[in-house]
Amino acid sequence: MAEIRIKDVAKQFGAFTALHSIDMTVRDQEFLVLLGASGCGKTTLLRIVAGLETASQGEVWIGERRVDRLPPRDRGISMVFQNYAVFPHLTAYENIAFGLRMAKLPQAEVERRVTRTAELMHIEQLLKRYSGQLSGGQRQRVAVARAIAMEPDVILMDEPLSNLDALLRLEMRAELKGVLAESKTTTIYVTHDQVEAMSLADRIAIMNAGRIVQADRPVEVYRNPAARFVGSFIGNPPMNFLAAERVDRGRWRVAGQVLPGPNATQDRIEFAIRPEDMAVGEGGIPANVRVVEPLGPHTLVTADVGGQLFRAVLDSDIAVAPGDTVSLVPQPERIRWFDPETSRALQ
Amino acid sequence: MPRAMPYLLLLPATLFLAVFFLYPFVLVAIEAASRDGAWTGENFQRMATHWKFVPALRNTIVLAAVVVPIQLALALAMASIVSASETGRSTILYIFAIPLGISDLAAGLIWLAIFEQSGFLNSALAGFGVIERPILFLGYQNPLMIFLAIVLAEVWRATAIMMVILVAGLGLIPKEYSEAAQVFGASRWQRFVKVTLPLLRPSLQTALILRVILAFEVFAVVVALGGTNFPVLMGETFEWQFTLQDRGVAAAYAMVILAISIAFTLLILRLLHVPKEART
Repeated sequence: MAEIRIKDVAKQFGAFTALHSIDMTVRDQEFLVLLGASGCGKTTLLRIVAGLETASQGEVWIGERRVDRLPPRDRGISMVFQNYAVFPHLTAYENIAFGLRMAKLPQAEVERRVTRTAELMHIEQLLKRYSGQLSGGQRQRVAVARAIAMEPDVILMDEPLSNLDALLRLEMRAELKGVLAESKTTTIYVTHDQVEAMSLADRIAIMNAGRIVQADRPVEVYRNPAARFVGSFIGNPPMNFLAAERVDRGRWRVAGQVLPGPNATQDRIEFAIRPEDMAVGEGGIPANVRVVEPLGPHTLVTADVGGQLFRAVLDSDIAVAPGDTVSLVPQPERIRWFDPETSRALQ
Repeated sequence: MPRAMPYLLLLPATLFLAVFFLYPFVLVAIEAASRDGAWTGENFQRMATHWKFVPALRNTIVLAAVVVPIQLALALAMASIVSASETGRSTILYIFAIPLGISDLAAGLIWLAIFEQSGFLNSALAGFGVIERPILFLGYQNPLMIFLAIVLAEVWRATAIMMVILVAGLGLIPKEYSEAAQVFGASRWQRFVKVTLPLLRPSLQTALILRVILAFEVFAVVVALGGTNFPVLMGETFEWQFTLQDRGVAAAYAMVILAISIAFTLLILRLLHVPKEART
């Protein structure tokens, strides 16, 4: 049983604040993905949990123990590194056995665990090889096997798939999900790849500039972004935003159309809609089509609305051409509103 | 003529090596194996039967066997300190490397100034009232003291060259390996022994070969501190060449030093060999 609790953790590097007071709980056996652009602090947070970095303030608890003063090896964690960190001077077998030998497990147990995790990761045939004789994907498998063989409470993963090519990444992604679900560990997984995050996570924590902006189930994060940043970061193409002017209570003018919205007191707020949540129809938002990209199942239309970039994902049967003006009708239940001052979502 | 290009580019360096290294080397080898224009083993025989040959050989090897391991351990420690320090890294590196800027003869003279009868050590001891009259540290009755003084001077003078190579080598090892070892339960010492040292093998090889060869060529420090009381191979070469004016025997000594250096180089290459598949 290992719940990870992060309490008021902050980190400064000189004058630069990498993390502002992070509070977060990762539930036992949960798969949590830390998602954000490079430099947002996600790796720093992971390394603080691992013990490879010391927090400037705050506490880290794993299970019932406070671990932020403990060295990494006493925290009950194991880790998969971005560049695998498979020791080049040891065979795959000895790499997987490394932590077990450090823990002074009996030889029979080492043998049993290495064999079992090697089978799990499908690398039984490679155990005698050195890292230099393995491909990137195989090295990654050794690195994951080494982490799982420890039977840790917590596995930490730092962009483990980012050095693999696209096909291999898909394959490993599905496999990782299966293997980790079976191992019943609590996982924190750092990535900048939103597709990876969506597909793997029980819960995604989206980070921006040293803060967690939203932590929720993948669909929730996608459908109900808590902040403008989340809407613009998640989704490809990202959410569209347009200025909205208050007409009267609960009614807002967006690109000349009056739409029902929140009962906010501000004069100006922001209207947001995902590109796929619109259809061509009467009385919608007038958009000047700039680029049309047929993608097969649907067509991506890039347009401008009052000088603003605006994208729509439309049915591929619809005939539009650059220069056309189309009327895009948003699905009412998919419209979201944001406060431009705080960037937070409005109800 | 793209085919000839690589050879053309190699030509200047090859010529230089041939004229200034290979040609003199062949001359010395011929000199060692001949006397008055006839091939003979007489030079080697004279060298080997002279009463100073065995002590010189023994002293040189014992000195190397004592000095090099001390230097290796110290250089590793110093390199680790330099690599681990975040602030003042280059300051520490420069301070450690100061003795490198001093020639070996000067280094020998510095330590002579400490150990001689009117040297710093005697004045200090007298000043503190530990001794009443100066001690003759480096006299011929005191061979062990001479040996220790030479070891000290050599360690002081030439450890930094190994350190510099090892600092560069440590810098090439990605930090992730040490971090992985840390996460998987290795203590600081275990990380050093099980991860850093094996990954440092290529640099250790270079540092050891360089240091061992120089240790067999030890000369100026020994002359300064031990004079003729502590014969070494290089000193004997000098003695035969200039004092005894016998170039044949001097050449034979040079050949012996060369043979020992080659033998130890091969040994180190073999002991610290990194198999191709285990390289980074």
